[in-house]
Amino acid sequence: MTSFFQSLGLSFEGAWAVSTIAGILLIAFPVMLAVAMIIYADRKIWAAMALRRGPNVVGPFGLLQSFADGLKVFLQETIIPTGANKGLFLLAPIITFTVALIVWAVVPFDVGVVLADINVGLLYVLAASSLGVYGVILAGWASNSKYPFYSAIRAAAQMVSYEVAIGFVLVSIVLWAGSFNLTTIVEAQKNVWGLSFLPINGFGFNPLLFPMAVVFFISALAETARAPFDLTEAESELVAGYQTEYSSMAFALYWLGEYANVILMCMLNAVLFWGGYLPPFDWAPLYMVPGIIWLFAKAFFFFFLFSWVKATVPRYRYDQLMRLGWKVFLPLSLTFVFLVSGFLMLTRYGVPA
Amino acid sequence: MIQAVAFYLFAAIVVLSAAMVITARNPVHSVLWLILAFFNAAGLMVLVGAEFIAMLLVIVYVGAVAVLFLFVVMMLDIDFAELRAGFVKYLPIGVVLAVGLAAEILIGVGAWSAGGIELSTRIAPIDAAVPNIEAIGRLLYTRYLLVFEGAGLVLLVAMIGAIVLTHRERTGVIKQNIARQVARRSKDAIRKVNQPVGQGVEL
Repeated sequence: MTSFFQSLGLSFEGAWAVSTIAGILLIAFPVMLAVAMIIYADRKIWAAMALRRGPNVVGPFGLLQSFADGLKVFLQETIIPTGANKGLFLLAPIITFTVALIVWAVVPFDVGVVLADINVGLLYVLAASSLGVYGVILAGWASNSKYPFYSAIRAAAQMVSYEVAIGFVLVSIVLWAGSFNLTTIVEAQKNVWGLSFLPINGFGFNPLLFPMAVVFFISALAETARAPFDLTEAESELVAGYQTEYSSMAFALYWLGEYANVILMCMLNAVLFWGGYLPPFDWAPLYMVPGIIWLFAKAFFFFFLFSWVKATVPRYRYDQLMRLGWKVFLPLSLTFVFLVSGFLMLTRYGVPA
Repeated sequence: MIQAVAFYLFAAIVVLSAAMVITARNPVHSVLWLILAFFNAAGLMVLVGAEFIAMLLVIVYVGAVAVLFLFVVMMLDIDFAELRAGFVKYLPIGVVLAVGLAAEILIGVGAWSAGGIELSTRIAPIDAAVPNIEAIGRLLYTRYLLVFEGAGLVLLVAMIGAIVLTHRERTGVIKQNIARQVARRSKDAIRKVNQPVGQGVEL
């Protein structure tokens, strides 16, 4: 895109700045729109599983429900509690929202269609997702209220715990792909079995990496605090969780950020394990379909799984959540890092057994 | 141009937020300023081309260490009057430390302007096209393997030490055995009794 703006007569620096800003807008606006539609989809799927009809009043099939909710929230009064730490109270939702958006910079939508094609892409994802916890802790603390604070402490412990497991899952992916760059990781997933008659794409089909895909999926549920791990907003215990004291746009920012994170985690599932923008089979006619459609189809499939889990699985107890993270996923992912690196040492790098 | 702007932006924010860490009245604010300082230090690392170190700084310090700091500080009940009461008592030590640090900076700047010591020539220079994760990996796993594993052992000892120091065996606590709960079947728990009328139940 930089060269296009340069051809319009801008200097390189000017063209770079303009094309980067254009790229950011080109990603951020569709993400916002996708968040609105995915909230609608979530409610529809959830309703269908509970034999209800879900949103069906605003617009055709209720498609405009999220926009109506957004407008309602926008028109409400912003309430700041007297005892709250005003600056931090307003800063917290902004952090959550911003952090949910910045990760999109490294997501590859097709070959070369990525805002920042950096060689530490996966580390960037990890870094940005580890920042997400601040929005929650600050909200809980700055609200100066008991239940939001409990919720914030729970959220912080939960996110830090599951990041450890996610980190090891990512390590095994990186070992197999040999790169931190997300585009390279996707390209490395072509024909994982090496069979010419069944050229299947995606690390998830590799028996050594499939358990990691499952661990990553469940950890993604915990990391985004979705059911059954939504203990940060367990309404029977904590009123509404860390955003109890929030209203109006500040609340909406949490809402948007939360769902942007969910979509991002679905995308990451697709990108890291199921071939991203590649078609399911490495077969030429399938490449006629644009890569972005494959990516969105895969991401939407994982979103459907997220909704399915939300509709069917009861909430975990907090100690069970911690046990799952530390005593099950951490040893499991560590074992698989060991197995994957051992297998690669044996086969790819030719170290005698 | 943009590098210079970015450098001065990051550097100024690092220095300012570092100053705010020690001047902020609220300890939670101090920790938040510290996080801002870490974050901008990571920005400086990106500018010098050490993107791996930058990401590690964000993941480890901002994402994990500072969260725990924040955790602890938020739960502490700090009495500010008591904290400030010791100011005069600790002043001499503080002055000594400050003088020492200032001297170190002076010596460092002096040594720097005298020219570098020839350490870097011992290692074969790395091609600029190699990403610095690979460059670091190559050095860590070949030349510095022993030191690297030694560092790993030290960390392991520290971890075990921390667990040993804080672990206490609690008595009188009923613990859950998840495997046993999962393995339990209805015939282990339920007993069908054809109870005759007029007799008590034998449990």
